[in-house]
Amino acid sequence: MPQARVIPLHSDPNRVVARRADARVRVPVERPAGLAPVRVVRRPAAPEPGPGSVGTAATTTTTGADWERRLEELLAFLGRRLTGDYGVDEFGFDPEFTDHVVLPLLRPLYQRWFRVETTGMSNVPSTGGALVVANHSGTLPVDGLMTMVALRDDHPAGRYLRALGADLVFRTPMIGSVSRKAGVTLACNPDAERLLNTGELVGVWPEGFKGVGKPFKDRYKLQRFGRGGFVSAAIRTGVPIIPCSIVGAEEIYPLVADLKPLARLFGLPYFPVTPTFPALGPLGALPLPSKWYIEFGEPIRTDTHATADADDPMLVFNLTDQVRETIQQTLYRLLAQRRNAFTG
Amino acid sequence: MAPQVVLVTGVSRFIGAHLAARLAADPDIERVIGVDTVPPPPDLLRGLGRAEFVRADIRNPLIAKVIRGAGVDTVVHTSLSANPAQWGGRVAMKEMNVIGTMQLLAACQRSSQMRRLVLKSTTAVYGSSPRDPAMFTESMAPKALPSGGYAKDAAEIEGYVRGFGRRRPDVAVTVLRMANFVGPRIDTALTRYFSLPVVPTVLGYDARMQLLHSEDALAALEIATRSDRPGVFNVGAPGVLLLSQAIRRAGRLQLSLPSAMVGPASRFFRSTRLIDFTPDQMRFLNFGRVVDTDRLRDEFGFAPRWTTIQAFDDFVQGRQLRPVISPERVHAAESRVLAAARAIR
Repeated sequence: MPQARVIPLHSDPNRVVARRADARVRVPVERPAGLAPVRVVRRPAAPEPGPGSVGTAATTTTTGADWERRLEELLAFLGRRLTGDYGVDEFGFDPEFTDHVVLPLLRPLYQRWFRVETTGMSNVPSTGGALVVANHSGTLPVDGLMTMVALRDDHPAGRYLRALGADLVFRTPMIGSVSRKAGVTLACNPDAERLLNTGELVGVWPEGFKGVGKPFKDRYKLQRFGRGGFVSAAIRTGVPIIPCSIVGAEEIYPLVADLKPLARLFGLPYFPVTPTFPALGPLGALPLPSKWYIEFGEPIRTDTHATADADDPMLVFNLTDQVRETIQQTLYRLLAQRRNAFTG
Repeated sequence: MAPQVVLVTGVSRFIGAHLAARLAADPDIERVIGVDTVPPPPDLLRGLGRAEFVRADIRNPLIAKVIRGAGVDTVVHTSLSANPAQWGGRVAMKEMNVIGTMQLLAACQRSSQMRRLVLKSTTAVYGSSPRDPAMFTESMAPKALPSGGYAKDAAEIEGYVRGFGRRRPDVAVTVLRMANFVGPRIDTALTRYFSLPVVPTVLGYDARMQLLHSEDALAALEIATRSDRPGVFNVGAPGVLLLSQAIRRAGRLQLSLPSAMVGPASRFFRSTRLIDFTPDQMRFLNFGRVVDTDRLRDEFGFAPRWTTIQAFDDFVQGRQLRPVISPERVHAAESRVLAAARAIR
């Protein structure tokens, strides 16, 4: 019997746990009001509304001033960008650019197109390092982008996800430089450990190209989880691993075939053929509007292990399997609850 | 233990000359001998003070005679050059860099008075590639061995210096891998590049640059010369500047060229003698490079005074670069637009 879909309205950890416990009963169509599939409380589109914005907007006479203030902010932002008056960290992460350019571009996709629903946000700590491990799918790594938006917009602390990307990302012009500015860095242990040590939230998709470029018939079947490098990074830095299951990304570009000779020609891991690409040309770049669910599972602690355990392959393999199994089971559960890939 | 007799190579160039001048100002050091193939230009010569200049080519055995004759106990090798034009081509540059160092080390190995060797190396030994970790530590190796140019020379020289260190364990060997220099007075390919009114870049790439103020470079070299700090250390200013950001901070215009046009463009710049970028420097401008300086702070005991951004701003102000887009103009435009918006309403 499939379990009920549970969407917490508040990020209160106790309540989430309580709901999960009683969620075994299938919730009828007329759901109790408290369990209605309402979106998780969303932060306003502007990441940091200026002080007094609520107060001024309340009176009609000052709406002009509000509009003026926003223009002033926009001009100040453009001025800072034009004069190079902003800071980036050693990884090339540019928070201002991410908040004002990258996230606003992704938000319509997140809110309107994929209608992403997040659960278990309370499992992601508000401060300190943590490693978010997620399944990878969708031909293009849109799932990574959506997870970034989810954690910035739907997490109470508005956390930036520092994603780890393949070297292909950084080899590609434009995509490479924008990714660095959005906080992506190369998937390698030194970078992951450096970020985790400085208390950042790091995101990793251990399936890599095997996951993102798998045929549509294999959807929601997890591929091999790399070589467990992410687990050793987590053990070395003692941060929790948060399994993250993403449902919906598999349907955005159903990969029906892989043109290997073309992939070799362009130096790509695969050359996708989807129902719309390359048949419809640039229109094929439009993802199908599937309904997405992102669930963050219970953190798996690693600080109970000694740092030296990171070099114990058996422990690393076991932990890798545990993370993989958790995500796979969550995927099955979420899929069983889903009635339709596009309407949810 | 303060050194008695110091030999500084590459004394006709900025870093060598200023280091020799700093050492000459210290009465505890008995003699400072500067060596180079050409005499220092007048502006550098003035600062040298009591330092002696020996016009010698470190590629010939004369250098051994100088080291033995003067009883040199500390050698600071700063003559590593990144600029092929200075020597009249890449072949001569390699000869000067690599063969010169071999000769110098051969002379040092023979000398019984030698106590300390300081090598000014470069972070270019780590290369620049899209597969690089965000920050290089001293124990990391480049993803691909540098195929040519300055980086290859530096990697080979470091290899010879390691060999020397093994053969002469009594000599304290310090290798300082320095980030790209900027400063109000130093002239490098990078400072010339940012002095162009329109700065060409490769479309779609934005390098992370870590810089080092020339004064900080001199300070680090001076510490290594005066006291035993054996080991390999990355020397770079804290913080990172993106290439596009640096161009904007300098008030320059950025011209992004598609990679297909980079070849002809760099030939044009070489022929006009404005700037001459080697392939490894071009890769640096695409992918950048950042090094971890924890070891410099904790073991070497040196913290740069300028951050990357401060060093770059000091260069921009010190050169009195007239910005094409100045912050004043941007702010003026900002208030004009705002005033216009208010008027419309």
